[in-house]
Amino acid sequence: MFDKSEEERIGVYVCHCGTNIAGVVDVGSVTRFAADDLKGRGVVLSREYTFMCSTTGQDLIQKDILEQGLTRVVVAACSPHLHEGTFRTACDRAGLNPYLCELASIREHVAWVHTDHAAATAKAKAVVSGAVERVRHNVPLEAIHVPVDATTLVVGGGIAGIQAALEIADAGHEVHLVEREPSLGGHMAQLDKTFPTLDCAACILTPKMAAAGAHPHLHLHTWSEVEKVEGYVGNFTVTIHKRPRYVLEDVCTGCGICIEKCPIVVVDEVHEAGVGFRKSIYTPFTQAVPNIPVIDTETCTYYVKGKGSCRACEKFCPTEPNSIDFNQTEQRITLRVGNIVLATGYDMFDARRIPQYGYGRLPNVFTSLELERMCNAGGPTGGRVTLRDGKTAPRTVGIIHCVGSRDRNYNNYCSAICCMQSLKLAHLMRERTGAEIYNCYIDLRTAFKDYDEFYQRVLDEGVHFIRGKVAEVSDVPRGPDEEGKLFIQVEDTLIGMQRRVAVDMVVLSAGLQPRHDAKEVGQTFGIACSSNGWFIEKHAKLDPISTMTEGVFVAGCAQGPKDIPASVSQGAAAAARVLMRIRQGELALEPVRASVLAERCSGCRLCNGLCPFNAISFDPARGVTEINSALCQGCGTCVAACPAGAIQGSAFSNEQVLAQIEGLLLKNLEPEEALA
Amino acid sequence: MSVAPPVSAADSVPAGATFLQEVMAATPGKSRLNMCIQCGTCGGSCPSGPEMEHTPRRLFAMIKEGLRDQVLRSNAPWLCVSCYFCTVRCPQQIHITDVMYTLKGMAINAKLYRDHSPPDFSKTFVDYVEHYGRSFELGLATRFNLRHHPLSLPNMAPMGLGMLKRGRMDLVPHRIDGMAQLTRILERAKALEATS
Amino acid sequence: MKMLFYPGCSMQRTARPYLDSLLAIREAIGLELEDVSDWNCCGATEYMSVHRIAAHALVGRNLALASRQAEGTDTLTAGCSACYLNLAKTDQQMREDPRLRTTVNEALAAGGLSYEPGSLKVRHLLDVVCNDVGYEAVKAQVVRPLYGLKLAPYYGCQVVRPDPDSRWDDREQPVAMDRLLRALGAEVVDYTLKTQCCGGHMTVIGPEIAYGLIRRLVHGAAAAGADAIVTLCPMCQLNLDAYQVEMNKFFKTDYAVPVLYFTQLMGLAFGRSPAELGIGKEFIAAAPALARIQDEPPPAVEAKKKRRPRAEDGLPMPRMG
Repeated sequence: MFDKSEEERIGVYVCHCGTNIAGVVDVGSVTRFAADDLKGRGVVLSREYTFMCSTTGQDLIQKDILEQGLTRVVVAACSPHLHEGTFRTACDRAGLNPYLCELASIREHVAWVHTDHAAATAKAKAVVSGAVERVRHNVPLEAIHVPVDATTLVVGGGIAGIQAALEIADAGHEVHLVEREPSLGGHMAQLDKTFPTLDCAACILTPKMAAAGAHPHLHLHTWSEVEKVEGYVGNFTVTIHKRPRYVLEDVCTGCGICIEKCPIVVVDEVHEAGVGFRKSIYTPFTQAVPNIPVIDTETCTYYVKGKGSCRACEKFCPTEPNSIDFNQTEQRITLRVGNIVLATGYDMFDARRIPQYGYGRLPNVFTSLELERMCNAGGPTGGRVTLRDGKTAPRTVGIIHCVGSRDRNYNNYCSAICCMQSLKLAHLMRERTGAEIYNCYIDLRTAFKDYDEFYQRVLDEGVHFIRGKVAEVSDVPRGPDEEGKLFIQVEDTLIGMQRRVAVDMVVLSAGLQPRHDAKEVGQTFGIACSSNGWFIEKHAKLDPISTMTEGVFVAGCAQGPKDIPASVSQGAAAAARVLMRIRQGELALEPVRASVLAERCSGCRLCNGLCPFNAISFDPARGVTEINSALCQGCGTCVAACPAGAIQGSAFSNEQVLAQIEGLLLKNLEPEEALA
Repeated sequence: MSVAPPVSAADSVPAGATFLQEVMAATPGKSRLNMCIQCGTCGGSCPSGPEMEHTPRRLFAMIKEGLRDQVLRSNAPWLCVSCYFCTVRCPQQIHITDVMYTLKGMAINAKLYRDHSPPDFSKTFVDYVEHYGRSFELGLATRFNLRHHPLSLPNMAPMGLGMLKRGRMDLVPHRIDGMAQLTRILERAKALEATS
Repeated sequence: MKMLFYPGCSMQRTARPYLDSLLAIREAIGLELEDVSDWNCCGATEYMSVHRIAAHALVGRNLALASRQAEGTDTLTAGCSACYLNLAKTDQQMREDPRLRTTVNEALAAGGLSYEPGSLKVRHLLDVVCNDVGYEAVKAQVVRPLYGLKLAPYYGCQVVRPDPDSRWDDREQPVAMDRLLRALGAEVVDYTLKTQCCGGHMTVIGPEIAYGLIRRLVHGAAAAGADAIVTLCPMCQLNLDAYQVEMNKFFKTDYAVPVLYFTQLMGLAFGRSPAELGIGKEFIAAAPALARIQDEPPPAVEAKKKRRPRAEDGLPMPRMG
């Protein structure tokens, strides 16, 4: 086991990390241990410093490599997640292969998890000893270079996806934008005005949609979904399933006569949030991009009753040839892309899950999204705020915050935007109807630019604020004087008493939640979802754009609830990241990979189904398993599973791991059991 | 549950977390009382809410701040009807009703309730159970009303007679066979409670 | 199917009709009920207000006796919601809190008893009838469907909340009893107050509060067109029935909505006589309401023809499940 000669010259550097490590671990003692006890194991020098990651710290290492001829470096400091790259780069600059540098975590693994100083120091010594033993078996490795295809896939045609797609396309690279609905726009297209500026949502969104629709480098695939993703960063192969519109895209002019003539009227559950209507052949809204309708075969008479019936759309279509094609079939398109941006957005919390709010039972209880549609000039009431009868304006309105959010019975998190949305709706409703508005809240979350000023504006406009989470919405009177009214029952916590406020209308500010199929979509793209269901970013603080899968980025609410400026920023950030990759032209991938020793592989294929990154395939011709080193993330599952020991992990070979264990157990210091 | 000596009428100096911990320790399981975000769902749901001196939410804020005396004197726990609306609606899943029971017991131990009638009702009920092993409505109603609402007895007579007439009320209490066994069990339980 | 049965103090006397009607129908639904021998009071909502450990021990004695008796069944059922909840909660809390489990068993040991939490499944009678017997089996026993009778199903609080063993799909608007009553041939009105509190012991301690709650429940049933309220808890029945008279006096109203137990309605549908089922012992006489039962099913309501939505129809309502 200890078959390496003592020719190695190992430098050990022990970091104080201020008091993070030094506050618990006796750094001096560990440094001396390395210098004295591990001298026989190849350690030629051992230093300590307050902040190894600083320039001074790195200079120490570089100087020693050059002047002391170090052949291996061990840095005992924080977790490799943070500074492995820093120290490896430092070694590289001094001419030492970066993979001959090992990190020993004596912060996250020792100082931050123990309170017993003596025991922690002893553990730190063991950790350093393990790293020293391991690094003796390190071999120089070269990064794997893969080319990056310049085409990008953006999934989701909401504001985040559009932003990302436009920026990449403006840079001159091809982008394919896939959107599940018939038109771009996402949830933003449903809104009337946006907070805090009260910009008309359509006015600021449609120019971007139009630009996306007309851009020479942007290829739209609406009414489509990504079915399959294969390959790896820089070289993805994606299959897009294009559903048939039953309308020929190249011929249709978007005149809209077919829609006008269609006799079937159905409730529009998607764009109109269930509070308005559309036809069986429809575009989601007037400014749709592309402005080409689709036929809903579940309600269209032609498909429901049988061929030969109705066909009004076809009869009235003025184009030559006719744009309607009842026999249009679905298509599958295969694309080669280098990077993927997931911007699939959110679903709204289903307010039917809270029976005490009466949504679905009491006619005049609405959700915030329904109100957005009502306020929208293109909506079912032409922009008038009315009760469910479509006619009467409300005189008193209760707006309930935190519906389905901040609630362990439903979603435990805060949905970030609903307070501002509630204030905005309060303003719009008061402006249009003069009604008395009661916003019932737990906290008012108005954190960002101009948000709190917006709250003050709404306060000034005479909107009432009751600090209390509404307990019940009820039409049941407590006495004869309460007959025929709708009530919100709430504790006004600032006054300290229970109140029943009579209202005509209730608006539930329902929270945001992940798309119902987020998990499946994540699996298609090889990324994971958090316990709350949002896509997981690479690092919550420092990298909310990448994911753990190289080449797949997230933008917008798919990663977590956020407002429009944040979504736009994230889309732009993802675009910048992608453009950087495209500009680099090729990617250097970490060479920490597994590889199969073909002569030892018996073809048992035990490992084939184990790979979480789909990097393992079987070559039937040769009867052996192969590993795609670009896809492989070096997790080690297959290495451990192979019964023949035919799979080796570079940078975690059997020798390295076993040596590290021996080092941890301080077996290396027992002279009798030395050198096998 | 430790039995604290009666506190003076003056506001107690906020004891920080101590009273909160006392209440939580005295409530079985994990009550999660410390997780209250003061949203007011409980106060909004409570059928007795309008009559309580302090809504449940306010009571919890007072508990957190150690206002032991005021909390145990409050009429709020005594008006709790155990409907559990608060418990199932609480966004922090706090076992509110269980906490109310804890406060009732603490108030009795500390003799800090102001209106004697609700604790007396409960204590009278307990008395019958501890004598007979069963509850006894006629005895309970008569004793209680004699003591607290003697003037209402004539008004209650029609209902009482109505119950008797319909065979829905016993004239005499029934005693279970295992009364001695039950007594031993309850005494042991009370002794354990005093020392816990 | 055999089960252990905990009658509780109320069913013995105050709610005698509940017990009588249960006994009258149990054979028809195949329910064999074995009384827990020498059971004691569960403590209702009173004992726990004075003593905590002792309250659990009080309930614990019943659980211990029942588990000792349990042969061929591990289910313990109770008809009164408070009894059910006390039994279920003590069992659940002993399961989850090891300290409580030890302490209660120490107390029980003084009486030569012990209880292993989780060894019994505590269920409310309605739960047993709806889920173990099943709606189909109940329907099969109906010889005299309750056609034309409009009923308001009133569950009260403690059967659906806090629901320690997750037996109910909805803690605000459950539908189990609604379905049961429909299986008996009756019409169930839309009664959204079905789990609002009846006031419990506030009728004695704070009558104004209680009368307000009772009034709301009775008024709601009347306004929904109910001929009778159907309940499953002796406390609720007492408050809504006997105290309906007091409530009328207090508010100077003249409501007259009878309140029956679901077992009584089952008995009627199974062809038993009202006397057998304790009908006639209620304060608000049920006979006039029951006289509305018809021999023929009411005419089916013609399904509204689907037509194109028009502006007069207003905005669409959300689709409900």
